Amino acid sequence: MNALSGYNFAYLDEQTKRMIRRAILKAVAIPGHQVPFGSREMPLPYGWGTGGIQVTAAVLGPSDVLKVIDQGADDTTNAVSIRRFFGRTAGVRTTTATAEATLIQTRHRIPETALREDQIIVYQVPQPEPLSKLEPSRAETRRMHGLAEYGLMHVKLYEDITRFGHVSISYDYPVLVNSRYLMAPSPIPAFDNPKMHMMPALQLFGAGREKRIYAVPPYTAVKSLDFDDHPFRTTRAPHACGLCGATDSYLDEVVTDDRGGRLFVCSDTDHCETRRAAGHVGAEAPTADELAAE
Amino acid sequence: MSIDLPGFADPVLGAQSCFRAVLDAMARPGSRHAAGAGLTPPAPLDPATAAVLLTLVDVETPLWFDPGCAAAQDWIAFHCGAATVPDIGAAAFVLALELPDLAHLNAGSDDGPEESATLILQVRGFGAGTALHLAGPGLRAPATLAVDGLPAGFAAAWADNHALFPRGVDLILCAGTTIAALPRSVRIAEG
Repeated sequence: MNALSGYNFAYLDEQTKRMIRRAILKAVAIPGHQVPFGSREMPLPYGWGTGGIQVTAAVLGPSDVLKVIDQGADDTTNAVSIRRFFGRTAGVRTTTATAEATLIQTRHRIPETALREDQIIVYQVPQPEPLSKLEPSRAETRRMHGLAEYGLMHVKLYEDITRFGHVSISYDYPVLVNSRYLMAPSPIPAFDNPKMHMMPALQLFGAGREKRIYAVPPYTAVKSLDFDDHPFRTTRAPHACGLCGATDSYLDEVVTDDRGGRLFVCSDTDHCETRRAAGHVGAEAPTADELAAE
Repeated sequence: MSIDLPGFADPVLGAQSCFRAVLDAMARPGSRHAAGAGLTPPAPLDPATAAVLLTLVDVETPLWFDPGCAAAQDWIAFHCGAATVPDIGAAAFVLALELPDLAHLNAGSDDGPEESATLILQVRGFGAGTALHLAGPGLRAPATLAVDGLPAGFAAAWADNHALFPRGVDLILCAGTTIAALPRSVRIAEG
C-alpha cells in the first residue's frame, strides 16, 4: 500500500511523537502507573481507539508488521479502519496472523496465540482509572495510587462475594502490577488476565479521551485481585467452538436466527482460522456442499 | 562551530528507530541496543548519546548538561531547541559525562512519579568495567551488564534511588553506538 502524501510518517507530527514517546518511557519505568499525556485530536472519534492509535503511531516504524484486532476479530469495522489508517499514513505491512505481527493493536482481547519477546501489544483503553466507579474524583484516585491505598477496591470485591457469592466482574478485572500499582487491564475478558502475567511481550496502554498512557514491561508480575478463600478464576462459555472445535479458547455467542439458535465461535478469528486450516473441524462448521451452495 | 554538524539524515525515521532502541532498552533493563550509527555529532558526544538527545529532548523539556559538554551546546540548542537550566534539580533531562549525585535530580512526587528526570549518561563502554547484576520488571531471569565508566559505589547510589520507588530517576547509558537503560524499577547488585 502506498503511503499517503501530505502527512508525516504515521500521521502525528514529530513534536507530538516525542511527547508521547517520553510518556511511554516513563510508563515502562513505572509499571502500571498512569502517565498523563497531551492526547491529540485524531481523525476518528474518542472511543474508537484514539489512545491506542497515538501510542501505535509513536512506536511504529517502516519495518513493523501491524495487526489490529477488535474483540479478537481482524475483520470488524474498527480493526479494518485502523489497519488501513496505518497502511496509508505509514505504508507499513499489515497482517491478520498473530505470529507474523511485530506490533498488535487490540481492542478488548489478547490473542490466544502466546506473544513473543519481539512483539509489542498496544491496548485501546476507554477508562484507565480502575477506581473510577468507586471514587469519582481524579485528584483523589491519583492520591490513592500515590499511597498505594487500594482498600476501596478490596471492599468492592468483598461486597460482591457477600452479595453474589463470587466477584461479579467479568471484564476489565482489576490487577495489581509489580505488587505496586492497581491497574485497569482495559475491558479484556477476565479470561485473558492470566496472559498478562509474565508476558514476554511489552504491553502498552493508551487512553485517548482520558489522556493517559501506561505500560507493563515484559516478564512483570500482573496479579488479578482476589482473596485467599476466593481465588481468582477465569470463566468461559461451557462449549466447544462451533467452527474449529476448540475447547480452550474464549468464545463469542452468535445469535443465528429468531428461533433461539445459538452458535459459539472463537472470538480470536485468526486462532480459529489457523486451527481450521490445520484440519480441526467444529460441530457446526459448514460442510463442503454448504460452502459450494454459497 | 558544532552547529554545522548535521542531525539525523532522516529526522523522522532516525528518531523512530532510536526510540525503539531506547524503548526496548528500558523495557529490558541491561539489554544493549544499537543507536546513532551514521551520526557525526560534535565532541564530546558519542553518536548514541546524540541520537538519544535528538529523539527525546526538545523545547518542552528543560535540559541540564555537564560543563564538559559545552562544546556541543550550540549543536544541542540548534537540533533539539531545548532550554538549558543551570539547576540540575529542575531538569527533565540531565546530560552527563560523569555520574552526578542522583539525589540532586528531580525524583518526581508520589502522585506524579513520571515528572522525574531522565539521566542520559555517556560512559566509556560496555562489556568491561563494573559488573552490574540486575533484577526486576522486564527481566525473566537476573541479568548482568558490565559498564566501563561508572564510579565505585554506583550500586549504593542506585539502591537509594530504587528505594524511592515509584519515585526515582531513570538512567540511559550511552557509549559509542550502543545504549542500555536502567529504569528506577530495577534492582542492582555490584560485583
